Amino acid sequence: MENPVKEYTVTIYTENQIGLLSQITNVFTRHGLSIWSLSAGATSMEGVHNITIVTAGTEKKVKESVQQIEKRVDVIKAFFYTADKIVYRELCLYKVSTAALMEYGNIEDLLNRYHARIVEMNKVFTIIQKTGYSNETASLHDELKDVGVLQFVRSGRIAVSRAEQEPVFKFLRKREKEKNQQTN
Amino acid sequence: MKNLITGAEALWRALQEEGVKTVFGYPGGQIMPVYDKLVDYQDSIHHILVRHEQGAIHAAQGFARISGEPGVVIVTSGPGATNVITGVADAMTDSTPVVVITGQVSTAALGTDAFQEADVIGLTAPISKWNYQIRTADEVAWAVARAFYIARTGRPGPVVLDFSKDAQVGLTDFHFEKCNFIRSYIPNPKISDVAIKNAVALLDAAEKPFVVFGQGVVLGHAEKELEAFLTKGDIPAGSTLLGLSALPSSFPLYRGMIGMHGNVAPNIMTNQCDVLIAVGMRFDDRVTGTVETYARQAKVIHIDIDPAEIGKIIPVEVGIRGDAKTVLSLLTEKMQARKHPEWNASFGHCDAVEKEKVIDPEVYPTEGLLRMGEVVDRVVRATGEKAVVVTDVGQNQMMGARYSRFNQSRSFISSGGLGTMGFGLPAAIGAKIARPERTVCLFVGDGGIQMTMQEFGTIMQEGVGVKIILLNNNWLGNVRQWQELFFRERYSQTRMLNPDYALIARAYGIRCISVPDRASLEPALKEMFADDAPVLLDVHVQEEGMVMPMVPPGKGIHEIMITDSEWYK
Ligand SMILES: Cc1ncc(C[n+]2csc(CCOP(=O)(O)OP(=O)(O)O)c2C)c(N)n1
Ligand SMILES: [Mg+2]
Repeated sequence: MENPVKEYTVTIYTENQIGLLSQITNVFTRHGLSIWSLSAGATSMEGVHNITIVTAGTEKKVKESVQQIEKRVDVIKAFFYTADKIVYRELCLYKVSTAALMEYGNIEDLLNRYHARIVEMNKVFTIIQKTGYSNETASLHDELKDVGVLQFVRSGRIAVSRAEQEPVFKFLRKREKEKNQQTN
Repeated sequence: MKNLITGAEALWRALQEEGVKTVFGYPGGQIMPVYDKLVDYQDSIHHILVRHEQGAIHAAQGFARISGEPGVVIVTSGPGATNVITGVADAMTDSTPVVVITGQVSTAALGTDAFQEADVIGLTAPISKWNYQIRTADEVAWAVARAFYIARTGRPGPVVLDFSKDAQVGLTDFHFEKCNFIRSYIPNPKISDVAIKNAVALLDAAEKPFVVFGQGVVLGHAEKELEAFLTKGDIPAGSTLLGLSALPSSFPLYRGMIGMHGNVAPNIMTNQCDVLIAVGMRFDDRVTGTVETYARQAKVIHIDIDPAEIGKIIPVEVGIRGDAKTVLSLLTEKMQARKHPEWNASFGHCDAVEKEKVIDPEVYPTEGLLRMGEVVDRVVRATGEKAVVVTDVGQNQMMGARYSRFNQSRSFISSGGLGTMGFGLPAAIGAKIARPERTVCLFVGDGGIQMTMQEFGTIMQEGVGVKIILLNNNWLGNVRQWQELFFRERYSQTRMLNPDYALIARAYGIRCISVPDRASLEPALKEMFADDAPVLLDVHVQEEGMVMPMVPPGKGIHEIMITDSEWYK
C-alpha cells in the first residue's frame, strides 16, 4: 500500500491563549483523524505550552493537519513523529482492594517485574502507579485481574524527540534575535 | 500623566491609528457604548449603516478587495455576530483582510446563556485567521493592533475581535503601538535559495512552460513582476477566477481563465505543458477537475506564501514559500531569456474552436432573447474596459468572469472559494465606497440579488453609485444548467417567480431601466452610464442559457464540453 495508516505522535508548542486547544482538536476532526490520547501542560519556557496528541492516519493526512495547526497564529511550532523517533511514556494508576491484594501474595515480585510502585495504601484500597508503554500498562492490568481492579486511568502520552535539542528552542531564540533586529 | 478613556473610545482611537476611515456596521445592545462614542468620532470615521450584518461583511470584503486595506465591520453580539459568519468564512477562503468587531455580553455573564450571548470565539475559530475576546479595556489597543497586523500580512484573512461590554465601558490609559512582530507567526519568510535554484533549473530546461496564477499576484502586488517573468521566459499564462485583472486582458502572453468554465486553451495546455508554474493559487477543485489527471505530465513549481498550500492538492517538484513579488523577481533575474514560438502558437487551435463554437454565438447572436455573455460584453465595452466588475454567484458570475476585460489590477471581485450567493450587491457597495472615482458594475442573478436585496436601503441612504446589471433569467440558472445536463432535466426547485424589480427599485429611489430585448440594450447603457447615480438594469436574458465550455464534475481538465452535445476534440 502506498499510504499506510500509522500511529503518529504530534507535538505542538503554543502560546498560552484561551481557546487554542479546541482550535487544534478541530483540525483533527476536520481531517477525519481521531485523537487517541492528548496531554497538555506548561513547558520550562515561560508562556510556552506543549500539547502532545497521538493519532493514526496516513503520513499525508497527518502532515496536512500539522501544517494547518502550525498555521494558527498562536501556534509556535508543530511536529509529528513515528514511534521510533521519540521516547514516550504514559502514566497509569490502578486502584485495587487492599484485602484482595494481601491475599494475592507475591505482590513485590509483580511490582518489580513491571517497575510499578504503590503510591497510596489504606485499609480499603491501594493505588499502584506505573509508567511505560501502553502494552506494558495493559499487561499489568491483565495480571491484576485476579486481584480485581476497582478503577484504572491512563494519562495521555508525553514524548520527547530523539533529536539532541527540540527545534522549538532554536526557533524561539532565532525569533528573539529577529525581534531585536526589527525594533532596533 | 494618565490619559484615561473608555474601552469603547479606545476602539475608535485604535482604528484611527490604523488609518481606518470607513467602517460597515449595525448597532445593538451589547455594542452600544461603542456606537455612543462614534458620535464624537463621526468627523473622521465614516460609518456605513447596512440593512443586515451579512451586508456589512460583504461590503467590507468588497472594500478590502478593491483597496487592499482591511475592511472593518462592527456588529452587536448574538444574532449580529452570527449574521456575519457567512462573510467571515467567505473572507477566509478568499484570503480577504477584514477586521470584525462583535459586541459581547459582560464577562461576568459569559457562559450563562445571557440575552444575546453567542459563543463567537468558538463559532469563528475555524473560519477566521485569528480571533480574540477583549475582556478588559486595557487590551483594546493591543488587540486592535494585532488584529490589523494579522489580517493584512502573510496570506491575508478575517480576524474577529469579540468585545465584551465591561471592556467597552471600563477605563484604560490609552497608548497605541503598531504591531509588527508576533514570535509564533512568520507572515513573510525568507525565500529558500535552494528552491529558487531548483526552479530556475527547471525553467531553463523547459520547452513548454505554462503559468497558472491566482489572487496571490494581486494580494502580493506582483502584477508587474509577473509580466516581467512571463515576458523574459516567453511563457503563456492562465488565470484563476480570483486572479482575473492581475494581467491586462490584452497582455500578449495572457491566455485566459482556467477551470470548470474557463477558456479551452489554458485548460488543454495545462495537460500538455512540461513545466507548470503555479503562482499564488491553491488548486481548487473547480480549477483542477479530477486531480488524478491534472498536469500529470508536468513538473510543477508552486509558489505560495502559505506553506500549507504547497503540495496540499498537487504534488510538486519545487515548492517555494514566499510572496509572489519577491519570488518572481528572483526567478526573472536568475533565469535565461527564452523564446517558445511553437509552443505559444499551439494554443491557436483551441482559441479558434472556442471562438467559433462558444464565444461568437454567445456574444454576437442575431436572434432570440439577449444572452448573458452579450450583455457583459456590451457593458464592459461601454465603460472602456475600465470598470470594476463585481459578480454574484451562478451563471451571472461565470459570464461576468468570461466576458469582462480588464486593463487595471484589482478590477474583479467575486466570491470564489465559498461561492456565496448574495455576496455581489454588498460587495459592489463596498467597492464603490472604497473607490468612488471608479465605475463599479455588478452582474447579479435574479436568485442572488434577492438574498441581500435589503442593501438597496444602504445604496439609498449613502447614495452609492453602483451599476447593478441584473441578468434576469427567471431561474436559479446555474443549478438549472446542472439539472439539465446531469439530472435528466428534472428541474427541482429552480424555477422562480420574480418580483417586479422596477417597483422595488422605485421604493428605494433607485432608477430602474428595463431591457426586454436587444434593441433596448444600447440606449439603456447610455442612460445608465450618463451619470454616477445608482441604477438597476433589469435585463431579460435567455431563460435556458448555458455557460460553456464546461468541464463536467468528475472529469479531467482536458475533457471539455463545448456545447451541451459536443466535446472539444
Ligand atoms: C448561499 C448560497 N445558496 C445556494 C447556492 C447554490 N447555488 C449556486 S448558483 C445558484 C443559482 C443562482 O441563481 P441566480 O442568482 O438566479 O443566478 P444565475 O445562475 O441564474 O445567473 C445556486 C442556488 C449558493 N452558491 N449560495
Ligand atoms: Mg437566475
